Amino acid sequence: MVSSMKDWIQYGDPMSNAYYPYDTYNVVYDIGFEVYQFLGGIVAWLINLLIPGNWLSEWLVSDAVVNAFAIIILALLIFLVIFVGVLISLWEERKVLGRFMDRRGTMIGMKGFMQCVADGLKTFMKENTMPKKIDKMTYMWTVSLVIGTSVLVACMLPLSDRFYIVNFDSGLLIVMALYALAPFFILVSGWSQNNKYSLIGGMRAAESMISYEIPMLIIVCSVAVLSGTFNIGGIVAAQNESMWYIIPLFIGFIVFFTCACAESERSPFDLAEAEAELVEGWQTEYAGMKWGLIMLGDYLRGFASCAMISIMFLGGWNIAPFASDAVNGFLPEVVQLLKGWFIFFIMIWVRVALPRVRIDQILNLGWKVFMPLSVINLVIAVLLKVGGVF
Amino acid sequence: MVVENTIDTFDSPPEERIGKEKYETDQMWIYMGPQHPFSHGLWTLKVRVDGEIVTDAEPVIGYLHRGWEKEAENRTYPKIIPMADRLCYSASMTYTHLYCMTVEKALGIEVPEKAKYIRIVADEICRIQSHLMWLAAVGTDLGNLTIFLWGMREREYWLDLNVRLCGQRMTTNYPRIGGVRNDTTDIFDRDVMRCTERFEKALWDIINMIDTNSIYVSRMKGISYLTREQCANLGITGPAMRGCGVDFDLRRDDPYDNYEHIDFEVPVLKEGDTYARYMVRIEEMFQSCEIIRQAVRKINALGKNAPYRLKVPSKVPAGKTFCKLEDPRGESLMYLISDGTDKPFRLKVRAPLFTNISASRPMVKGVRVADVPAVMAMIDVCMGETDR
Repeated sequence: MVSSMKDWIQYGDPMSNAYYPYDTYNVVYDIGFEVYQFLGGIVAWLINLLIPGNWLSEWLVSDAVVNAFAIIILALLIFLVIFVGVLISLWEERKVLGRFMDRRGTMIGMKGFMQCVADGLKTFMKENTMPKKIDKMTYMWTVSLVIGTSVLVACMLPLSDRFYIVNFDSGLLIVMALYALAPFFILVSGWSQNNKYSLIGGMRAAESMISYEIPMLIIVCSVAVLSGTFNIGGIVAAQNESMWYIIPLFIGFIVFFTCACAESERSPFDLAEAEAELVEGWQTEYAGMKWGLIMLGDYLRGFASCAMISIMFLGGWNIAPFASDAVNGFLPEVVQLLKGWFIFFIMIWVRVALPRVRIDQILNLGWKVFMPLSVINLVIAVLLKVGGVF
Repeated sequence: MVVENTIDTFDSPPEERIGKEKYETDQMWIYMGPQHPFSHGLWTLKVRVDGEIVTDAEPVIGYLHRGWEKEAENRTYPKIIPMADRLCYSASMTYTHLYCMTVEKALGIEVPEKAKYIRIVADEICRIQSHLMWLAAVGTDLGNLTIFLWGMREREYWLDLNVRLCGQRMTTNYPRIGGVRNDTTDIFDRDVMRCTERFEKALWDIINMIDTNSIYVSRMKGISYLTREQCANLGITGPAMRGCGVDFDLRRDDPYDNYEHIDFEVPVLKEGDTYARYMVRIEEMFQSCEIIRQAVRKINALGKNAPYRLKVPSKVPAGKTFCKLEDPRGESLMYLISDGTDKPFRLKVRAPLFTNISASRPMVKGVRVADVPAVMAMIDVCMGETDR
């Protein structure tokens, strides 16, 4: 087993690494590997020109260093993909909201895209203010953990069967486990801010998230029943062989979509935020870049939910429900991203049309409507599996 | 401990322990306002909550007090007109109208017919744009920005009409003692007819967006009931009162300025909940369109050369005058005491919201925190006239 990072990076060719956790070709890691081989090679060659036969050049192109830098470049690439993906979601939200509301949305720079970047920079430059009588340790840690879990959720979701960070056999379960962590941190964060609005906001968030967690998990299980695996790549492959699961599990798709809105605190379930009644809910006392990161984390969760819906119900990176592999293999990463943004578009549509629900309504809906529906969905999945349809 | 400092503990009487016999929870006061995003203007509503349920409430006003009534005592009568529209920027025309009407009553003069009908048109434009701003605010209070922007978009057309009429959008310095500042133009007549037609279609878009939406309806229906008796005891007037089944409207029952020559219906609903108050205001907007059309026809029938303004003396004879008018928010009244000089001795304003806000306690008692903005939006808060 892997005992340390040092053990893990001893191999020049990633495929010959015995500890290599991926069973398929990972394009991101390979890009990182080749980029470093090129850049590190040039640096080593230049140093070797100046001082022939030095130890530094050899060290720079040794297996361990190449692997280590390949992983760093992989992390940077993943960060870029996530960051740009979230920025485009933000831009999409602003433009689509604008069009629905009979205005233009953001306008400045690349059809308004640069406005999102500028807003990010502006938030970055804001003063890092903090209230006096807060529980500082909890206040800082919980928000970091909320954002951290959001980033981890996004990292668990692949763009295709070759573009991913990790490929666990229980990938979907890990995503759900990461989702389940956030309400606890939000509750504690709301308490730590020493503010009544935040306290109520935190309690609300925990209530609603926990009650929507369970239907989501049951639906994930029904998808796993049909595909026979929790591995994300496996689920997409199973849909490629039979059909998209939106057709047999349509109830599940609707319920999962609604629960995903609630999980990522999106309207009409943005009770935790609730600016009309609770100022900003649990985010009230977070200023400057802390708030900016919370927003980034929110969009990340929203977009990750959309990616999950795409993977579980819309065939992930497959182009058509009943098409050959040759067709489905075309630009898989782009297809997956586009599907995610399409689902996000529907989320924005819902946000435009609906006002915020009340806390008793959201809990009633979660426990009395979505819970039975998700069980029905599981029963359908089991019957289809037992009947031999899938 | 951090949170213990912020929560006040109360020994609540048994009837306030909502269904809890064995244990009781800590209750806390939450300040909604004055900087809270829900409060329209500088208004504070202190609510005492048991978990999410409001057990008590206390409105706090006075953050916007400008000494309007005292200021009026230091100005001559015509110079109060541009101050009167600052009482409430969304009901500016009705307040200017009311002030002029009070002084005219004190002077004992009758304004020309044409001026009366022009004032009716101006008042109804004011009512529609005020109700549209209320509708927009309802959208944001319930957490939806679309209704806000659609409502505000429709409002712009009516504000454009104000510009056509008198050159100002919101603080309209238009009615004068003895008439109105200027006659209507052909362009105004044409635009006002077009605007009413267009608006009735556009309003249906917004209504369809709200009424076919089960979340909107469930947020408003069956919440914060008020009875006719409560309305009488608290002095609630206007659409909030008509939503509780009280069939009374000054325009019909105590008409001023030729409202008696115009056919219109007063919408009354007897449910008394938030949804009824919403429906009353929506129906009022349609009725206002009807009133505007009739009034514009009457103006045109009077012809171009009909007088629209009288010459009036600068000094008002000594005495006490009392005048009332149906404001978009309820009945606004003015009480003028003049001492025979060119400045009022005392000018008292009775703003409808000053009393309507007093109803916030019975209205929010027992609802949830999330409903407080929705309930309070239905009395259409405007702090300018409340604090004066």
